[in-house]
Amino acid sequence: MQPEAVSASTTRGPEGSRARPGIPGWLATLVLLLPTYGWLFIAVLLPLCTMFVFSFMNATPMGKAPIVFTLRQYQVFSTQPYLLGIAWTSLLMGFWTTFACAVLGFFAALALARATIGRTRETLLILILLPFWTNGLVRIFSWTMVLREGGFLDDVLHWVWPGAGSIGFLYTRSAIVVGLVHGYLPYMILTCYIALVTIDDAIIEAAASLGARWWTILFRILIPMAAPGLISGAVLTFVPVLGSFMEPRILGGRVGVTMGTVIEDQFTQAFNWPLGAALSFTMLAVVLAIFATFSGVLRRGSGAVA
Amino acid sequence: MNTTRRQTLGLIGAGALAAATSSLLSRQARAATKITVLNWQGYGTDEAWALKAFTEKTGIEVVHDYFSSEPEMLTKLRTNPGVYDVVLINSARSQQAASEGLISPIDFSKVPNATGLSPELKNHANLQLDGKTNGVSWVWGITSLAITEGSPKPDSYAALGDPAHKGRVALFDDAVTGVAIGALLSGQDMNNPKDLAVVTEKLKAFKPNIKLLWSSEDEWNKAFAAKEFDLSIFWSGAAVRSKRNSKLPVEFVVPKEGGIGWLDSLSVPATSTNPDAGLAFINYMIDPDFYFQWATKVGAPASANAAAMEKLPADDLNRVIHKPEYLKTMTIQSALPDDRREAFNNLWQEVKAFYAA
Repeated sequence: MQPEAVSASTTRGPEGSRARPGIPGWLATLVLLLPTYGWLFIAVLLPLCTMFVFSFMNATPMGKAPIVFTLRQYQVFSTQPYLLGIAWTSLLMGFWTTFACAVLGFFAALALARATIGRTRETLLILILLPFWTNGLVRIFSWTMVLREGGFLDDVLHWVWPGAGSIGFLYTRSAIVVGLVHGYLPYMILTCYIALVTIDDAIIEAAASLGARWWTILFRILIPMAAPGLISGAVLTFVPVLGSFMEPRILGGRVGVTMGTVIEDQFTQAFNWPLGAALSFTMLAVVLAIFATFSGVLRRGSGAVA
Repeated sequence: MNTTRRQTLGLIGAGALAAATSSLLSRQARAATKITVLNWQGYGTDEAWALKAFTEKTGIEVVHDYFSSEPEMLTKLRTNPGVYDVVLINSARSQQAASEGLISPIDFSKVPNATGLSPELKNHANLQLDGKTNGVSWVWGITSLAITEGSPKPDSYAALGDPAHKGRVALFDDAVTGVAIGALLSGQDMNNPKDLAVVTEKLKAFKPNIKLLWSSEDEWNKAFAAKEFDLSIFWSGAAVRSKRNSKLPVEFVVPKEGGIGWLDSLSVPATSTNPDAGLAFINYMIDPDFYFQWATKVGAPASANAAAMEKLPADDLNRVIHKPEYLKTMTIQSALPDDRREAFNNLWQEVKAFYAA
């Protein structure tokens, strides 16, 4: 990709000005777009297509077993109905995580955008992103130390109120949501922040001078105007949370069974790639269906940007 | 005689060729005592001190090639005939390898140390094909129960469902192990349980007790150190490490139904060019002196050689945990056909979903 980019840029340099009429515009556009689309093709489209083909096979195409194409993998929700329960749990967990991220992220971004200026704002933004640079596994394991019975959370409670019982809630769904919210909150803060800083101070001042109370300003001005940020943040959070497997496995213990862990098991333990692929594509269809349902809201949101 | 330059060159060339051939031949003669071992990396056969001692004793030089999964090991045997002289095979795969003609039957007269092998392991059905033994049992281990020291010892896997351990049990997140426990508990063959519905029922009955499903030794150690559970399914070798290295108060118990065993064996590929040297190396690998050093200096699983185990000090954890009587009740994991493996996996997913609900 590098050489193409270089050659494309040299044609636009002063030396290439004589050769310019020789290169049609469409060719230059094509050459410039090639790296991006080539990369997307190799890194996204090709693996996706391979997995799509896998999902119709009867067995993982390795070894000597003959491969037969079948729709059997897609019937798994009717042959193994307990998967429906797992899918529902995963969706609920996705909704709760996204909701918590939206509330926390929006107010954090609001504080960042409205209550700070200049250097302080930049420093705070960096401080929010800083924990994001550490490995996700490390952060999740740290949560196990905080949340377990007799862990850090209990220590703090006993320091404030000696003799209290344990409030550790490791190995519950709430623990998984806490871990997921911690992991995906920065996305929400960033998207909301970008939407909020573009709001003109004059609008809020005008509303306040006309007698609007803080909740009116929040619900009639700030949230509608920051909706594109909230929506893109929600999409960025909801989709990966639905497929997450590390957080449920480590923080969920017994209850940490989600679509993500089921799919991961198919690839790592059961060596049943076709079933894993079929489950992934079913989840993808569900996600697309959810987005299609809310597409009206999404379009209105993106319209607000334009 | 008018020798042309071309003839001279030809003569020189022929001479060089002859010299090269003779040196090649002599190298081949020396190379007759060089063998290639195929194994996991860092799994006993490639200890530098051991190889040095072996070469000094026999004059056989040992080089290694490694695999990172069992299917890869089989592929390497299939696609590189003549390259390997010794290969490590999980006994569950031995029959498959033998029936494909990848490994040859063992001539035990060339493996004098084999007399010390525990009979249960030496002639295990996994290693047999058409009445011939195709591998030398090397090391073994058990998956069974681990309990906090000082607690009453469970005598059956039923303890996993005992209300006395409510919310204090950890299981290993593995389909084959899960099914094996349900099968042993319902008196079935864990390698081929006929009634999977009963297995599912037995496993689901543990639900009120299950605190955690662990998937790595590290995870087990952390949770056990934090007193998350009292009773769990655990590996014998890992129990030795937890006790020795992490000083955790854990006791390994094999209940009356017997442990879930695994057995690794060493075989000679059918295409080996040096089968005798390969057998000599295998003989050294089951030598009690080698095992003593490996187990005490480096750390090793239990040896299939009873004489080697007896050489360990009586209070050695490895010896204490891997009691010879466990071999009598232990069932060793054998090969699973694809459809059975899939059924096991589906069963385990269903059980896990039930635990989570």
